[in-house]
Amino acid sequence: MADRYSFSLTTFSPSGKLVQIEYALSAVNSGVTSIGIKATNGIVVATEKKAVSTLIDDSSVEKVAIICSNIGMVYSGMGPDYRVLINKARKAAQAYKRVYMEEPPTAILVKEVASVMQEFTQSGGVRPFGVSLLIAGFDEKGPMLYQVDPSGSYWPWKATAIGKNMVNAKTFLEKRYNEDIELEDAIHTAILTLKEGFEGQMTENTIEIGIITGAVTTKDDGAVVLPEFRKLSPSEVKDYLANIA
Amino acid sequence: MEYRVPNSLASLSGTVHKSIMEYNGGAVVAMVGKNCVAIACDKRLGVQAMTISTEFPKTFQATPKTYIGLPGLATDVQTLSEKFRFKVNMYKLKEEREIEPRTLAHLVSSTLYERRFGPWFVEPVIAGLDKENRPFICSTDLIGCINFAKDFVVSGTTSNQLYGMCESLWEPDLEPEDLFETISQSLMNAVDRDCLSGWGAQVTIITPDQVITRTLKSRQD
Repeated sequence: MADRYSFSLTTFSPSGKLVQIEYALSAVNSGVTSIGIKATNGIVVATEKKAVSTLIDDSSVEKVAIICSNIGMVYSGMGPDYRVLINKARKAAQAYKRVYMEEPPTAILVKEVASVMQEFTQSGGVRPFGVSLLIAGFDEKGPMLYQVDPSGSYWPWKATAIGKNMVNAKTFLEKRYNEDIELEDAIHTAILTLKEGFEGQMTENTIEIGIITGAVTTKDDGAVVLPEFRKLSPSEVKDYLANIA
Repeated sequence: MEYRVPNSLASLSGTVHKSIMEYNGGAVVAMVGKNCVAIACDKRLGVQAMTISTEFPKTFQATPKTYIGLPGLATDVQTLSEKFRFKVNMYKLKEEREIEPRTLAHLVSSTLYERRFGPWFVEPVIAGLDKENRPFICSTDLIGCINFAKDFVVSGTTSNQLYGMCESLWEPDLEPEDLFETISQSLMNAVDRDCLSGWGAQVTIITPDQVITRTLKSRQD
């Protein structure tokens, strides 16, 4: 039954599904695992950098991306689709800044990205994005971690995993996560969670970690300063890996 | 027989448009006090020399603790006050919080600059308390250049007179009651030297606990 309704994106199947979105989710679930964990004082996102061949220069592959100074993201699924969404997210953040001269709050930016993804489930001649995103941001409400799916739905998470090993990873996280976890522990936990389903050697060149931590401060003139999202350098990752060995 | 020939400057009505910003007239001033701000405006609406209304205040509430003053061409005053009400309401619905005065200033600035080559003929003034109840005032020109002031801001056809009055009367850290007196005297005496402003005044004092708007009776000329 699904076959007859799976070719046209904009047609519902009798069971009420948009089958193209189901297929997009399959693309996501065959991508490498990504983890996101929210701590009391920040967020960590991490992903595998799976090199297809040893000849690949993995220092130039960028999976964890900075959207604006207080928001970053990572994905599971199709890399090229992700690149399009990075650009759309960055432009949306700058458009917000152009009007308000402030960084967008995480929830606002997530809504923009999600509505772009939703557009591609309702327009003619396009297909949904084959990625799920983990968006981590720190605004005046504190640290927030969101997952956005190909359908355009989004949820806030305390800790989550997407991609190939998400089921096992989420079970692992359910046991290890508690609401008082601090960022250092969260990074440690994220690495351990990735390690669970890791194929091959986990080194500072085969995983990528992004963090955002700190506090919201106010300058003398009243302007608000938000913490900055950054990627950990390979040597920092190496130190964390040494700690779990 | 007297014969009136329209020349290049005078229209058939016998009146002259020097500047579109002076067509309706108006004055707005805002001042910073100790943990409070004040914003005041006149209430005249005129068509050049003729006064047609004495109930045209030019200050509008944006949020419970922030006000915008809009002197200039009256039609743009009305349109922009409605536009900003729309934008502020949408902001509140999307962000689930009130807009801060500093953010509102940038919103006003970008709204005006969108019309850089066919501008809105208003020069807004913004006054409010931020979420930490710190005073904030600023003004912009008609194409959105923000002037962040620490003491006072003035706008409208009476701006020169207001500069003179504020510069002499204002001092830092005035309590709300004293700030009310200072801003009222600055406005009243300034508009008495401007034929296009006056006919009553409205003064709003914003403190962390309350917002009080008072109407002043002034010279009705």
